[in-house]
Amino acid sequence: MEDEVIKKFLYVNRKAPYGTIYALESLEVVLIGAAFDQDVSLAFIDDGVYQLKKDQKTSVDSGIGMKDFSKTYLALGDYDVNKIYVDKASLDERGLTADDLMELVYEDEDDDYKEKSSISIVNQDELALLMEQQDVVLSF
Amino acid sequence: MKFGILVNEGPYQHQASDSAYQFTKAALEKGHEIFRVFFYHDGVYNASRLLVPPQDDRHIANRWSALSKEYKLDLVVCIAAAQRRGMLDENEAKRQGKDAHNIAEGFHISGLGQLIEAGIQSERLVVFGD
Amino acid sequence: MLHTVNKSPFQTNSLETCLRFARASHSVLLFEDGIYGALKGTRLESLITDSLKSYSIYVLVPDVEARGMRIGDVIDGVKPVDYAGFVDLAAENTVQAWL
Repeated sequence: MEDEVIKKFLYVNRKAPYGTIYALESLEVVLIGAAFDQDVSLAFIDDGVYQLKKDQKTSVDSGIGMKDFSKTYLALGDYDVNKIYVDKASLDERGLTADDLMELVYEDEDDDYKEKSSISIVNQDELALLMEQQDVVLSF
Repeated sequence: MKFGILVNEGPYQHQASDSAYQFTKAALEKGHEIFRVFFYHDGVYNASRLLVPPQDDRHIANRWSALSKEYKLDLVVCIAAAQRRGMLDENEAKRQGKDAHNIAEGFHISGLGQLIEAGIQSERLVVFGD
Repeated sequence: MLHTVNKSPFQTNSLETCLRFARASHSVLLFEDGIYGALKGTRLESLITDSLKSYSIYVLVPDVEARGMRIGDVIDGVKPVDYAGFVDLAAENTVQAWL
């Protein structure tokens, strides 16, 4: 690395998957960004929470004929992307709970590689505070 | 101050590219530096050299090209988003066996890492989209 | 922190969500179709008037005028800016776009 700048990057996801490409291409940025060793967080707000719904079912050859990219979220932990914040009010107003979401986990290097959940369900004050701490906010 | 700009929508359909252009121009005129303008999602279409808008309307691609020339602006089109949408530069067209390429002057195609780098190197990243 | 909203509040919930996360000392800029949220006499007027007690709200004048509105149609207390003013706001704050 030519310089050791570490910035706080927040990816804000507010759009549902499949209806538009934003969710998929946002995830592609997160994966590429992971190689840059920055301090990365993801926030899912409004319809963005639907991106994390478990049991998504489609493939290029069946269903709507689009790739099911939801499995990529499960790999985020392996890329050291493990700070995933979900807005509780957005879940509530959509009749969803944590049980409806995929189980995103990572292995904590500092705790004997124990498997831990990457998802935190947070209220708007916690999320607002998180936003205030960022250097770069990427919205798609 | 050093700004990075992200444009997430294509020309004409949405105002995003127009707003990004006006913002970029105003920032440059105030003496700020624009580290890079990165085109993502349908934003890659802003780089088409085949746009033919009516004579009495703005030419969005040419306007970006001209600004790039005047200020040595770095206009980067995301390669992954561009390829799936049929936006290819000469090298990429050759590599993919296509008979045409369509990137306007002043734009160049590169990877998503250029967006992350813009986030790291700029003091502010400003996103324009829909 | 500068929040930008470019959608009409009658089309999407971007403005309402933005205001849910905006805090004292933040600024909000309404531009493109977002300017419809800054106008007097709409369902959103009281939300904007209440928000103005906590933080600053700006509106991009070229977008207001392009849409057949005037500064006089904008809720009192919402501050008009041009693109240069938008740049100043972005220079002063980290920017979060509510797309």
